[in-house]
Amino acid sequence: MALQVELVAADRKVWEGEASQVSARSTEGDLGVLPGHQPMLCVLAEGEVRIEAGGWKTVTVDGGFMSVDHDRVTIVAESVDAPGMGS
Amino acid sequence: MGAQIREYRQRIRSVSATKKITRAMELMAASRVVRAQQAVRESTPYARALTRAVSAVATFSNEDHPLTTEKENVRRAAVVIITSDRGLAGAYSSSVLKESERLVARLREEGKEVVPYLLGRKAIGFYRFRRREFAAEWSGDSEKPTFERAREVGERLVADFVQSTDDGGVDEVHVVFTRFVTMVTQEPEVIRLLPLEVVEGAEAPAADELLPLYDFEPGPSQVLDALLPKYVNARIFNCMLQAAASELAARQRAMKSATDNAEELIKKYTRLANQARQAEITQEISEIVGGASALAESK
Repeated sequence: MALQVELVAADRKVWEGEASQVSARSTEGDLGVLPGHQPMLCVLAEGEVRIEAGGWKTVTVDGGFMSVDHDRVTIVAESVDAPGMGS
Repeated sequence: MGAQIREYRQRIRSVSATKKITRAMELMAASRVVRAQQAVRESTPYARALTRAVSAVATFSNEDHPLTTEKENVRRAAVVIITSDRGLAGAYSSSVLKESERLVARLREEGKEVVPYLLGRKAIGFYRFRRREFAAEWSGDSEKPTFERAREVGERLVADFVQSTDDGGVDEVHVVFTRFVTMVTQEPEVIRLLPLEVVEGAEAPAADELLPLYDFEPGPSQVLDALLPKYVNARIFNCMLQAAASELAARQRAMKSATDNAEELIKKYTRLANQARQAEITQEISEIVGGASALAESK
């Protein structure tokens, strides 16, 4: 069972795919999401989001939020800096 | 060569120079409108994710937020007018301005003071020429709006909305823009942006996938606090993108008919020039014939 991850910026969809783990920094502290996580909606702090999909991918977001439900993870930020992650 | 032919030839030359320009503008607008439509499409995943999140919060908590609360006594209404920076787009800017004038008149009738916020040089010029007051102006990127600009506009509007009316704040915010329906139809439209109504519209989740019971972190009100300004920005960005696509489509159409008209003119002038040339030749021949017969008679 893997996570369906969608990474969305204001002007484009940055990345979409399967991942086994997502780690992000919320306003409350670091947060890891594994498959089977309970539904959650959290506000992200400015910083890095790391996605494990056959190796760690690291992107920088300027805040935004992350929603998790039924192993679907949506990471939404106004601007996403993702070097080398074309979709 | 007769003066008349020269005149016609000159006209033909000048019209075909104009035709080259309008043709080039038509082609440019045609290629940009495709990109503008794509930009509208690319911004929808973001808008959809935001709408989903906002409706999740709205469904599972009874949070009231300043941005969603209707004010009881609306005294000042902001009107955001999105026009183009440049002309040569047919009636594009003037139809938006006409729509905005209607809205302004209606708001005034309801006893509200209107505060205009202008996007695009055409709107700014319209207000400056009439020496009317306006609260803010942005221009320079009507053809290719950036999200940074939308954020700038959104933050200003939210700040003014939150401020109390006596300190120069506003009680509601309307946006006048042009909705891009198809390549041939673009309609000026008015939406009320603030106070927010979360419209799910086409993005409503299907009945079989109920929204799960979310955990909110840090808490529902903080999540809403973070989400709603972003929602406003996304709405404005969407309006700006649609307006840009409409502007380019309108320009393409205007330039196409300008090119067609130029062709028509060239055809007309060519006919006239030919006629003038033929008339001159006929006259010369009759002069020669007349001269020859006069000579023959005098012998």
